[in-house]
Amino acid sequence: MSRLSTSICIGLILVGVALMAILNLATAAGAPFHVPTYAISLVGKYLSYAILALAVDLVWGYGGILSLGHAAFFALGGYAMGMYLLREIGPRGVYGNATLPDFMVFLNYKSLPWYWNGFNHPGFAMAMAVIVPALVALIFGYFAFRSRVSGVYLSIITQALTYALLLAFFRNDMGFGGNNGMTDFKDIFGLPLQADSTRVGLLVASALALCLCLLVARYVVTSRFGQVLIAVRDSESRTRFLGYRPESYKLFVFVLSAIMAGIGGALYVPQVGIINPGEFSPANSIEAVIWVAVGGRGTLVGAVLGAVLVNAGKTFFTGAFPEFWLFALGFLFILVTLLLPKGVLGLLQKKTGGRV
Amino acid sequence: MTTIGAVSNSLLYLNGVSVSFDGFRAINDLSLVLAPGEMRAVIGPNGAGKTTMMDIITGKTRPDTGEVIFRADTDLTKLDEPAIAALGIGRKFQKPTVFEVHNVWDNLLLALAGDRRPRFTMWARETGEERDRIDEILTTIRLSDLRHTRSGDLSHGQKQWLEIGMLLAQEPQLLLVDEPVAGMTDSETAQTAELLVEINKTRSVVVVEHDMDFVRALGVRVTVLHEGSVLSEGSIDHVSEDPRVIEVYLGR
Amino acid sequence: MGCFVTAFLAMTDGVVPPDPEGDVMVSIHRFLAVLLVSLPLLATSPARADDAPDPFIGLASQNFDIVANAVSALAVSGNPQAGATIAAIEADNLYVDAADDGAPKILIKQGDAYIDARTGQKAADINEDDVNSVRVNNAVRRAIEAAKGGMDLFAADATTRTKAAEKVFTSHDAAALPLLARAIAAEKDAKAKLVMEQAQAASLLTGDGGSDAERIAAVAILRARGDVESKSLLQSLHDQSKPVATAIDAATSSLARIEQLWSVLQSVFYGISLGSVLLLAAAGLAITFGVMGVINMAHGEMVMLGAYTTFMVQEVIRTHAPGLFAVSLFIAVPLAFLVSGVAGILIERCMIRFLYGRPLETLLATWGLSLILQQGVRSIFGSSNREVGTPEWMSGATQWGGLTITWNRLTIVIFAAIVIAALMAVMRGTSLGLRMRAVTQNRRMAAAMGIRTPWIDALTFGLGSGVAGMAGVALSQIDNVSPNLGQGYIIDSFMVVVFGGVGNLWGTVVSAMTLGIVNKFLEPFAGAVLGKIVVLIALILFIQRKPRGMFPLKGRAVEQ
Repeated sequence: MSRLSTSICIGLILVGVALMAILNLATAAGAPFHVPTYAISLVGKYLSYAILALAVDLVWGYGGILSLGHAAFFALGGYAMGMYLLREIGPRGVYGNATLPDFMVFLNYKSLPWYWNGFNHPGFAMAMAVIVPALVALIFGYFAFRSRVSGVYLSIITQALTYALLLAFFRNDMGFGGNNGMTDFKDIFGLPLQADSTRVGLLVASALALCLCLLVARYVVTSRFGQVLIAVRDSESRTRFLGYRPESYKLFVFVLSAIMAGIGGALYVPQVGIINPGEFSPANSIEAVIWVAVGGRGTLVGAVLGAVLVNAGKTFFTGAFPEFWLFALGFLFILVTLLLPKGVLGLLQKKTGGRV
Repeated sequence: MTTIGAVSNSLLYLNGVSVSFDGFRAINDLSLVLAPGEMRAVIGPNGAGKTTMMDIITGKTRPDTGEVIFRADTDLTKLDEPAIAALGIGRKFQKPTVFEVHNVWDNLLLALAGDRRPRFTMWARETGEERDRIDEILTTIRLSDLRHTRSGDLSHGQKQWLEIGMLLAQEPQLLLVDEPVAGMTDSETAQTAELLVEINKTRSVVVVEHDMDFVRALGVRVTVLHEGSVLSEGSIDHVSEDPRVIEVYLGR
Repeated sequence: MGCFVTAFLAMTDGVVPPDPEGDVMVSIHRFLAVLLVSLPLLATSPARADDAPDPFIGLASQNFDIVANAVSALAVSGNPQAGATIAAIEADNLYVDAADDGAPKILIKQGDAYIDARTGQKAADINEDDVNSVRVNNAVRRAIEAAKGGMDLFAADATTRTKAAEKVFTSHDAAALPLLARAIAAEKDAKAKLVMEQAQAASLLTGDGGSDAERIAAVAILRARGDVESKSLLQSLHDQSKPVATAIDAATSSLARIEQLWSVLQSVFYGISLGSVLLLAAAGLAITFGVMGVINMAHGEMVMLGAYTTFMVQEVIRTHAPGLFAVSLFIAVPLAFLVSGVAGILIERCMIRFLYGRPLETLLATWGLSLILQQGVRSIFGSSNREVGTPEWMSGATQWGGLTITWNRLTIVIFAAIVIAALMAVMRGTSLGLRMRAVTQNRRMAAAMGIRTPWIDALTFGLGSGVAGMAGVALSQIDNVSPNLGQGYIIDSFMVVVFGGVGNLWGTVVSAMTLGIVNKFLEPFAGAVLGKIVVLIALILFIQRKPRGMFPLKGRAVEQ
């Protein structure tokens, strides 16, 4: 991976998104080159997934931590945003209650649970979208890395973590919407979610966030910190004998990636219009890993590429041949691990003689 | 027979150290003292406990009993590997364990003495001082021309030298070197001996080796380990004439 | 008998002073006297019903209490018509024809006709205008209830008597006391007598009668009976005198402790049941992980294949050989072992061996495989649950004290024990097992000694998957068979392996049982979901102390 490739990637994203924005807002529906609104949200969704993929690449591709529960951080960020959006509805909900969201009225809540306080402020909610995943990552990572759990065992307990959260958020009495989740949002920051301009705005925000995350990730992996991290990935005990504490490095990068994933989740929710506990399912996290593997792990750009490619494929298949999608996904897993260990980027690298 | 010197004058003081793994006594009442600035060769048959002894000193293994004291004031049994490395004890392994993905320069950069914490490494920029230091080491280990080569692509001997270079970069007070000339050619072996003697001028060294010519070339005090404890200690001539050593190595 | 009564009547004539204005009252008293005197006489000779005075007379009375007493008397009389008559009263089908000759006819209405209650024969010359229905009030209803139960108290068959006594116990009405007293006096069968005494104690306590000593004795009887009903009955008694209240408190706390003990045992049983299921599901995983260091994410699908094999076997039996249903599982088990085992060998040969030394990639590849397998099964069998039946000999449950043991779960526990024993025998006793253990401990050394590690890998994977298949057969009995079956158990299987370590099959046993029992104990407090969450978190914390599980593999060669 080179500085060049990330710069190219960032450039492409910004240009592409700008183009889409203009073609959606400036042209009328039905006109040639008009980009329909659903495409805007779709690409926005892809970009927020790309942020998650980037987060996974950071801990896995560079840190050697195969986290099978990273979608949990994505979902936590998503729920924070969802809580803000639900409170934004105010008295316009089905039950007309100014403070309580619809699902709470339906479940006979008398008042807002204490942990919902503050979510009517966008700043607070955004902060929570970042802080909560970071905290969970911090606590979990502290215990996991300190005890030197590694390899397959670590992967399994990350899966256990997200599974536990899945079970918890499914419960109707947790106060997070239960198995129905949160939906029927009306507006964000005062702007109506259904409006084209808002959707474009969200797309642009996602693109900017992705580029920012790319820049941050690039800085981290090319710094001396990144060198140490890669060394930890390859020969952890050797770094110990050199005086480094791998636990600190792993923990730092784990928390950073959780923050990124949380941001991705927060951007995802207003663009798809719903968040439900299924987002915590281990299958989601494992899928995120395959995006990175397809694109090429340990390259940053590969993560973005893989996320977009696989999700575009998913959109296509679930529309055209829904029965076939899971077969295709399964084969993708097998194909990439057996034949394309370096992913698509690795393939390109071979073709272009290593100059990617 | 071993003589135990006073703790206070020693650099490394091991006394009555024992450790068992699943009932197997790997180290059995081992006692060894290293004076500051000394170089010691440790020899012994396979399974004598040489590597385990190194594991104990560097904190990888905790002994069941015994004292392990560094610089007469630090109890090593209470510290873990990074802490012990930070104290100034460096280790070179039997198999070269350089970071294959990084190039020679970066390997040395990572080994360079300095603040190991993430908050420092995140913002660290290569200083002129560091560059000079690495250049120096590259010269010493004869790898200056290969500084940008991916270390995974080096030959076995070159990897060994790189590892010694990394050890030097740590600027340790005590070097623990485990079979440095394994797999080396005769000329490389001779060069390594020279290098270690040179290093010994400013630092203390413990060398574990099988190669008797190499040990002879070092010309230092020798400790013979057998079944986890010290069998004999003295000059190479003294120990090679010790009947117990002969029995252990050659059998009766 | 009749002469005696007449003589008695003559005697009592003098007892009750003549009272010109109270003629009706006198008659009533006279009737009462008749009844009260004749009842004990009636009870002591139930066999001579034909001799007894007519208990039907009271039914004609306008006084509800007399009617109630008549009902009771009728019940104990042993009169063959008693049952029909009492049923008629209950159904509002009993009528009285107040004939002029002083012997009122008691009639049961059947359709448009009337039957003489005394004889059961059709009654003749009934004038509709003279017929009035026998009315009932609550006292009569109570008497009827007690009577119904009461009649059975004197039935010929001891089992019927015991059952009747149980019913009286449950209804524990003080009105039943006299009846019970007589039944007990006549009872010869020990078991029936005991239940009657319990019923008597319950009825006594419900009412207000009895001295403190009698009530305390009744409390003791209920305490000795010791079941949930006794306990709730005792707890419902309020405003008792001090000594009685003390006895009740002592009894209820003792019973509560016993109840708790039984519920603990019940939880233990459910825990062992769950543990045995986890063990079956996880044993194969522990073996493959131990020998090859790979976590097979498609392991759950091996279980699922076994469950669907069971379904197919039963389908075939249903259509071609219905008589074999009882042994369907015996056929399914080896078949499932084969199906999943062969699948496992194929997976290993076609996929896993190319990923040797890359456990994380293997994890991903097998996850992909699990998606394919699930979708494949979905396409063939559909995504809804498939019907897998339980053979007769495995159905139902048995009560052991306060413990309910369902046969299917017990069978699974035994099955799991057999499978594990067989596995251990293979591992310890066969040369395959020896070679597998060698490869687990030091692969390179084993290879150097001539053990064909690729073969061992394939067979190990086959064995592990085969065991999973057998687990699927067991699971089909207690869970829904759907393409998602495997997913429900894969995480739990991982937990078992992570907790128990892979050094030892005993580790898997201990781990599975512990997790099963802990899960079931947490359930009543925290609910199934929260319980699972707590277990998961506890496991994460446990890993801190033992990163490789309870029974890890040890030795330098293991440090991979």
